[in-house]
Amino acid sequence: MDRWTRYAGVLSPIVAVAAAFLVGGLVVTAIGESPFRVYAILFRGAFGSVDGFGLVLFNACPLIFTGLAVAFAFRAGLFNIGGEGQLYIGSFLCAWAGLGLAGVPWWIAVPVLIAVSAVGGALWASVPGMLKARFGVHEVINTIMMNFIAIGLTSYLVINIFKEPAQMTPQTAEIASGHLPRLAGALQAVGIPMPSANPLNASILIALAAVWVAWFILYRTTFGYEVRAVGLNQDAAESAGINVRRTIVLAMITSGAFAGLVATNEVMGFRHRFLDNFSSGIGFMGIAVALLGKNTPLGVLFAALLFGVLNAGALEVDVFTDVPRELILVLQAVTIILVVVGNEIFVRRIAAREARAALADTQAEEAA
Amino acid sequence: MPETNAIEMRGITKRYPRVLANDRVDLDVREGEIHAIVGENGAGKSTLMKVLYGLVPPDAGEVRLEGKPLVRHRPADAIRAGVGMVHQHFMLVDTLTVAENVILGEEPTRGVVIDAAAARERVETLSGEYGFELDPDELIENLSVGLEQRVEIVKVLYRGARILILDEPTGVLTPQEVRELFGILRALRESGRTIVFITHKLDEVIELADRVTVMRDGRVTGIVDAAQTTKEELAKMMVGRYVLLRVTKEEGSPGDTVLSVSGLSAAGRKGTEVLRDVDIEIRSGEVLGVAGVQGNGQTELVEIITGLRRASSGRVTLNGADITNRSPRHIRDLGVAHIPEDRQARGLVLDFTIAENLVLGRQHREPFSRLGRLCLDEMNDHAARLIEEHDLRPADPATEAANLSGGNQQKLIVAREFDCEPALLVASQPTRGVDIGAVEFVHTSLLSMRDAGAAVLLVSAELSEIMTLSDRIAVMYRGAIVATFDGDAVGEEELGLHMTGAGAGRSESQAAPPRAAGAPQRGRAGS
Ligand SMILES: Nc1ncnc2c1ncn2[C@@H]1O[C@H](COP(=O)(O)OP(=O)(O)O)[C@@H](O)[C@H]1O
Ligand SMILES: [Mg+2]
Repeated sequence: MDRWTRYAGVLSPIVAVAAAFLVGGLVVTAIGESPFRVYAILFRGAFGSVDGFGLVLFNACPLIFTGLAVAFAFRAGLFNIGGEGQLYIGSFLCAWAGLGLAGVPWWIAVPVLIAVSAVGGALWASVPGMLKARFGVHEVINTIMMNFIAIGLTSYLVINIFKEPAQMTPQTAEIASGHLPRLAGALQAVGIPMPSANPLNASILIALAAVWVAWFILYRTTFGYEVRAVGLNQDAAESAGINVRRTIVLAMITSGAFAGLVATNEVMGFRHRFLDNFSSGIGFMGIAVALLGKNTPLGVLFAALLFGVLNAGALEVDVFTDVPRELILVLQAVTIILVVVGNEIFVRRIAAREARAALADTQAEEAA
Repeated sequence: MPETNAIEMRGITKRYPRVLANDRVDLDVREGEIHAIVGENGAGKSTLMKVLYGLVPPDAGEVRLEGKPLVRHRPADAIRAGVGMVHQHFMLVDTLTVAENVILGEEPTRGVVIDAAAARERVETLSGEYGFELDPDELIENLSVGLEQRVEIVKVLYRGARILILDEPTGVLTPQEVRELFGILRALRESGRTIVFITHKLDEVIELADRVTVMRDGRVTGIVDAAQTTKEELAKMMVGRYVLLRVTKEEGSPGDTVLSVSGLSAAGRKGTEVLRDVDIEIRSGEVLGVAGVQGNGQTELVEIITGLRRASSGRVTLNGADITNRSPRHIRDLGVAHIPEDRQARGLVLDFTIAENLVLGRQHREPFSRLGRLCLDEMNDHAARLIEEHDLRPADPATEAANLSGGNQQKLIVAREFDCEPALLVASQPTRGVDIGAVEFVHTSLLSMRDAGAAVLLVSAELSEIMTLSDRIAVMYRGAIVATFDGDAVGEEELGLHMTGAGAGRSESQAAPPRAAGAPQRGRAGS
């Protein structure tokens, strides 16, 4: 294999992102703004201050979880579109459990709530997993349906049963224990001037750990080996004695657990309660993140950070320019499209290059 | 022999991304001869023929047909110049008749109406002239594979071909069908047509061809008269070294029964029985060969034994333990190794590395797994050892299986399955698409496995393979075992008869009928 082919996996998303910025620049120009100014503001918003960068990480955090969820399932050959539903269930159960933890010390409450979040997501994902394994029903349809059920169910529960008394907002009361600390305090202590209002919290550390865990499971455990074998060649896996159905269910469960962990940021770290409809598409963004990250744990981390940058910068762009923040959505969508298309073109280009190079070799040989 | 050249190809070079498929190939085919092109899989035979037929433009080189250069590389131009190609995969419409298929795309018309009578007549004339024995009104779906192939040939002749290309035509035929095909080809030669015939079966070359062009790794390594060469010489030109064409086996010393299959039946997808009341016994130190035309239940038998398919009735036991309808893992863990018939589909994970593929099936056991963790060091050591022992190339455990040649992919599977010292080895088409050199290796390994005390179930479409390796031979036809023989008590001709269901009443024959000299071997579909 030639050098280019090896790096194609890394290069193609980068080229696609660059191209997306180019397209975004054209849109900005059409609106009558200077693309240089807008991008300068965007990056200033993201990187110009500790506060801004804290927002980048805060925005990236849930996307890391949902991106990992999609990527992990994908490794088993499954398309988990259900991250949204899984994170709602994980978050709701997390808040519900948190409400009952009055008087429990944080060092018990935190691990318990992390576990509950993961288990909630895992449970929800296990249903389409089992339907797929048992009856061969396609997981795409079932995960989507499970999203509707989760959103509707949590909405009903929070409005009708668990609503914070004497409040208009459809949200639960604050969890009694198991808050994750914001990082501002710790950062200030080591001399980094993070404003205390910055929402970045310890969940980002859990997200980083999750990236490592996903990698470890996939590439360093027997289960991960079996997951990849099933994803790459189900018939060969079956012949080798791997229980394909069981592996599918377990992969779905693991995937759902990653999605459920969104609760550590949203419930334990940020709001300290379950807010109806809080997600607005984090689960779906996970699909884009996984796609951009080429379904590898490290790729997911970088893709989530990029999306974090765009989201954090969008705020500034909105405030300081005439460009609507929707431009950022356009930019994100264009990036995804270009990654998909670009990858295809890139791979073909390389194949053609190799063929030409090889032919030149032959001709040189002939001439000699 | 006339001295005009029907085909002249000069300096044909064709490069694919990873391989130089044709490297300055010259080919001269004289008018009115049967010219064989032989070579291992991947030698570039099909590529050369595709260039000739205009399906693939060469990077360099020239094609002349009957003296005239082929300017544009398009099938239409090649056809106009009198070239016809009988494809490996038939392109017939099942629900139309023979005559309708032949005229398809080139219908004789009277006004705007297809002249069906004229079509039938043409088919009948052609059929009679060369001994095709085709009924123009028969539906394709009622024809055997051998007859379908004849329809393909008639189609090509109908379009006026003077030069016929047949790419591995014997791969799908029984020995009898091969003989009849050869008769037809000889008749076509008599009528002055030129035939280019691709194969990797050396017996066929010696029997049928006038001249032979040998290819290896995209180059021509020899041009010889068939009458003045031997299989050994051809094999040497094909492989580049001396090869043992037929391994010799010692008398076996069978022990206790290892595998016992009794009354096994299985239902197919449409509710038809794909296996009917099959009984088999294999003892340790014994090879049972299962012969049969593909699709007569061999695949299903193997899948049931290895746990990949459910039996509807009957019993399978391994060393006395009932393994009927148990999981593949359970059966594997009891000591059953399996070389699947389709290595890319079932035997390998192409995107896995050599090291990963070499533990497939044992990834959950010591020493490759401890407390759920993969032991990468052990996997790599294991890979290094097997690569060394089996001369796998490239010798790098991190190479993905997709980047291995077919022969090396098969070696990888063989290395893996033999390494777990199985009680029963189930080998399905273990040398399909494998180079002659690697065939020698697989055969020797199989026999050493047997001599080490394993029971071996060998399923193969290659009669010569079955005959060389088996201590006992069972013939399958329509899901049932129709005959069993002692390994050396039967000839290919007789096996061939049983394979087509024509040997009924002669099963359990003791005396070996005289071997027909130069009996054609049944082959496989090539690439
Ligand atoms: N369309 C293709 N793209 C890439 N490689 C090809 C293609 N067709 C053939 N090859 C490669 O070219 C080589 C010669 O193939 P082929 O002519 O089919 O060999 P043969 O017919 O002698 O078995 C093989 O290595 C094969 O993998
Ligand atoms: Mg071929």
